[in-house]
Amino acid sequence: MVPLSAYVAVSAILFITGLLGVLIRRNFIIVLMSVEIMLNAANINLVAFSYYLESMAGQLVALFIIAIAAGEAAIGLAIIIVVFRGKISTNVDEMNLLKW
Amino acid sequence: MVLVFFTYFALASIAAAVLTVALKHPVHCGLALLALLLHVSGLFILLNAEFLWAVQVIVYAGAILVLYLFVLMLLNLKTDDRYFHSSYLYFLPPAALGSLYVVTLLIRSPFGGAKGDAPAVAVLQDGDTYAVGIKMFSDYLLQFEIVGVFLLGAIIGAIVLAKTPKTITDKREG
Repeated sequence: MVPLSAYVAVSAILFITGLLGVLIRRNFIIVLMSVEIMLNAANINLVAFSYYLESMAGQLVALFIIAIAAGEAAIGLAIIIVVFRGKISTNVDEMNLLKW
Repeated sequence: MVLVFFTYFALASIAAAVLTVALKHPVHCGLALLALLLHVSGLFILLNAEFLWAVQVIVYAGAILVLYLFVLMLLNLKTDDRYFHSSYLYFLPPAALGSLYVVTLLIRSPFGGAKGDAPAVAVLQDGDTYAVGIKMFSDYLLQFEIVGVFLLGAIIGAIVLAKTPKTITDKREG
């Protein structure tokens, strides 16, 4: 039997990896992928608690998180396309204006 | 047996996450993210969440990741020489120390709590999809509708953002 703390530890490691990716990567698309890693870590946590505390609420919130992740990916990638059209770069260091 | 599968899925998903952050080429990062998503869906299977497993494979790996790869191919990116933050080495030791501390704390803690009304036996009787459906369309109906409206707003926002701006191009030509 796998203890609950093992799932929570895996989720914490994944979350910190994603956070590190958001902080150190300079490509906007990779930054968005790191956000997806963090959302997945949260999903593991929710589903593990839902299983061990015998409640369905965790799985439902995980489903809603997947829907939010889909919306976030669509909007983020649309923003990348708009920025790329004006500047030909996806490096986050070169995005320093809200409008040009 | 469950322990073997858990170890494999956990170690593989952590390795895939590290590769997603560390690899240089964006397409390779996307493929590592695909490996991460599939192994996380394996963890969902171990936790009796078959419906979430299906949603993870179909929506995450099937739709969201394909959207990322489409945009990568549309933009035709060249890999930059400097793809990390200029002082990223200063981030790594605090992150490693912090994660070590958090993980030791989490492994030691017992995580007790009030049990809910869906034990594994009751869920497995009619299947996980049945349990999720009953719960979603009774107690979580309002949240479900809110997510629907949110997705509609996201679609409209993405279309408005990605539309070709006419006035700006006219000004540049004239």
